[in-house]
Amino acid sequence: MILDLNITSSCLIKKDSVYLNGKKLFSYLDTASTNFLLSAYRFFEMNYPKFYKMDNLCKLGWLASEILLKESFVKDKYVPEEIGVVLLNKNSSLNTDLKFYQTINEIPSPSLFVYTLPNIVIGEICIRNNFKGETAFFIFKKFNSEFIQQYVNNLFNNNILQACICGWVEFMDDDYKAVLLLIEKDKSSISKPFTIFNINKMYH
Amino acid sequence: MKDVFIVSDNILSPIGTTTTDNFEKLKKSVSGIELHEKKSYSETPFYASLFDDSLMFDNDTKILCFTKFENLIINSIRQALLNDAINIDLKKTLLIISSTKGNIELLENEKYTKELINRISLHTSATKISNYFELKEEPLIISNACISGLLAIITGMRMIQIGKYENVIIAGADVISKFVLSGFQSFQAISKEKCRPFDNERNGINLGEGAATIILSSNKKIGSSIKVAGGSVSNDANHISGPSRTGEELSYAISMAMKNANVSNNNIDFISAHGTGTIYNDEMEGNAFFLQKLQNIPTNSLKGYFGHTLGAAGIIESIISYKSMEQNLILPTLGFQKLGISKPINICTTLNSSIINNCLKTASGFGGCNAAIVMSKN
Repeated sequence: MILDLNITSSCLIKKDSVYLNGKKLFSYLDTASTNFLLSAYRFFEMNYPKFYKMDNLCKLGWLASEILLKESFVKDKYVPEEIGVVLLNKNSSLNTDLKFYQTINEIPSPSLFVYTLPNIVIGEICIRNNFKGETAFFIFKKFNSEFIQQYVNNLFNNNILQACICGWVEFMDDDYKAVLLLIEKDKSSISKPFTIFNINKMYH
Repeated sequence: MKDVFIVSDNILSPIGTTTTDNFEKLKKSVSGIELHEKKSYSETPFYASLFDDSLMFDNDTKILCFTKFENLIINSIRQALLNDAINIDLKKTLLIISSTKGNIELLENEKYTKELINRISLHTSATKISNYFELKEEPLIISNACISGLLAIITGMRMIQIGKYENVIIAGADVISKFVLSGFQSFQAISKEKCRPFDNERNGINLGEGAATIILSSNKKIGSSIKVAGGSVSNDANHISGPSRTGEELSYAISMAMKNANVSNNNIDFISAHGTGTIYNDEMEGNAFFLQKLQNIPTNSLKGYFGHTLGAAGIIESIISYKSMEQNLILPTLGFQKLGISKPINICTTLNSSIINNCLKTASGFGGCNAAIVMSKN
C-alpha cells in the first residue's frame, strides 16, 4: 500500500534567516556564520549545553531540528524506534575535516575528530530527542527531492518508521543551508502533502 | 516483494585481489595486519593492514587520473564485473558507493584550494567512477560511519525490492592516511598489538585498507544461491562516540532484520559480528546478541584478518560471510583467546564445518548507528 504522507512541519535556515513553515522567525545580519548560529540559539532561548561542543554542521542541523519540532510535534504519539532521521548534503563533514587536519601535526584533537563524520549530526538530533529508529546520511552533489521522497516513503510503506525528519544540512565556511521536514502520516491544519513539488518549494 | 540475489562480488585487500584469494588465505589464518613504521603516518610504529602501493595498481593509463580511493573502487568493481555468469545491463543498474573518508588523504599531499575541496568531495569521486563504467543513473553515496557498508547493502536491497532497479552495484573503500590514523590514535582507540575481538585482553582496533563490491540482482537467472533477505538500522540516542551500554538498540536492529527476512533467532546459524576489538563495542555487541537469545550461535569477527576497513568493512565482511555459507565453513576469530565480555557468547576459535542456511551480519559506529542484515540460502 502506498501511503499519503504529510509534511507536518518545515524549517529552513539560510542566508542569516530562520523560517518555520514558511514564516520568517529570525534574521541576523552578520557576515560570520558561527555568530549567526549562536545568535539564533540565544534568540530561541535554547538551553542545551552540548550545543557549544558541537561543530558547525551539527549546530546548524541541531538548531533546525529544534525549531522544526518546537511547535507541533507530539513525540508521545510514537515509540522511539518509530522515529527516524534521513539527511543529505554535498560536502559531508569537510568543514570540520579541515579544522581537524590543522591539528594532526601537533596534537590531534579527539573532540574535533568525532565530528569528521557527517552522520554525527543525526546522532546529536537522536540523543536530544531520544529517537532510535532508522537513520541514514547520503551525499549528493545537489539537493535531491526525488530521492528524499522515494526513500522516506519506502520507510513508511514498509512500516519501518511512523515519523521522520528528513532533508538537507550543509555547512561549508559561510555557505550554509538547512532544510528539514517533519514527515508524518496524519494531516494537520498546516500540513502539506509530501510531494516532490512541495519538498522543492521548501528548499528554495 | 522481489527476492534479491547476490550475483557477483570482489574483495580487494592487502591479503588478496579476488574474493577467492582472500577467502582461501583466511582459511589458512593469513592476516593483512603488520607492524608499520611509517613516519608520514605516525611518529610511533602501529599495527594496520595496508596496501603495498607499488604493487597495487595496473598500468591501465585510463585509471591514472584517479586517486587511490577511486582506483580501489574501480579495480574492485571491474573484478566483480569479470564474472562470466553475469551479464548485467549497466543502463538498468544503480551504483552505490560506501565510504567514510573517501579522498581525504589529498589534504596531506596537495595544496589547499577550492578545486582541491571539490576533488576531495565524495560526489566528485562517485561521478568519475560512474562515468568510467558508463552508468546512466546518478550514483548514491552513503557516508554513515562504520555502518556505511551494511547500510549500502540494505539500501541496494530495497531499491531492487521496490522494483526501481534490476541490478545494484555496491562498492565501498577507505584509504588509511595520517588523518584517519591520528584521529583514532587521539581517541586511544588503536590497539598496541594485533587486535583481539571479544578477548579479555583486547585494547582497541587495527585500521585496514580495502575495497569490496557486491552486485545484487532481482534476476534469478544470474543469481547465486544466496539472497540478501532482510536488513535494519537503528540509533542508540546515547552518545556520539561511544556505543550504548545495554545493546538494546543493536538488538532492536537485529530483531527487525530477522523479521524483515522472515526468520527467527532459531533459524540463525552463524553471526558475523562487527567485533572491532574495543572494550565498549564488543561488550555492547555481546549484550545485543544475548538480548536476542543468540548467545549460542557460532559467532566470529574478521577484524583480525582485515583490520577495520571502515566504509568497506560491512561489504568485505558480508562477502566473506556468504562465502562461509556457500562452503558451510565458519572462520575462526583471529586474535581471540579468552572471552572478555560479560555475556557468554559463542566465539569461534577454529575452522568449523557447519551447515549455514541463514547468517546475521552486524555493524555499529560513531553517531550511535547500528545495522544488521540477514543473508539466506535460496
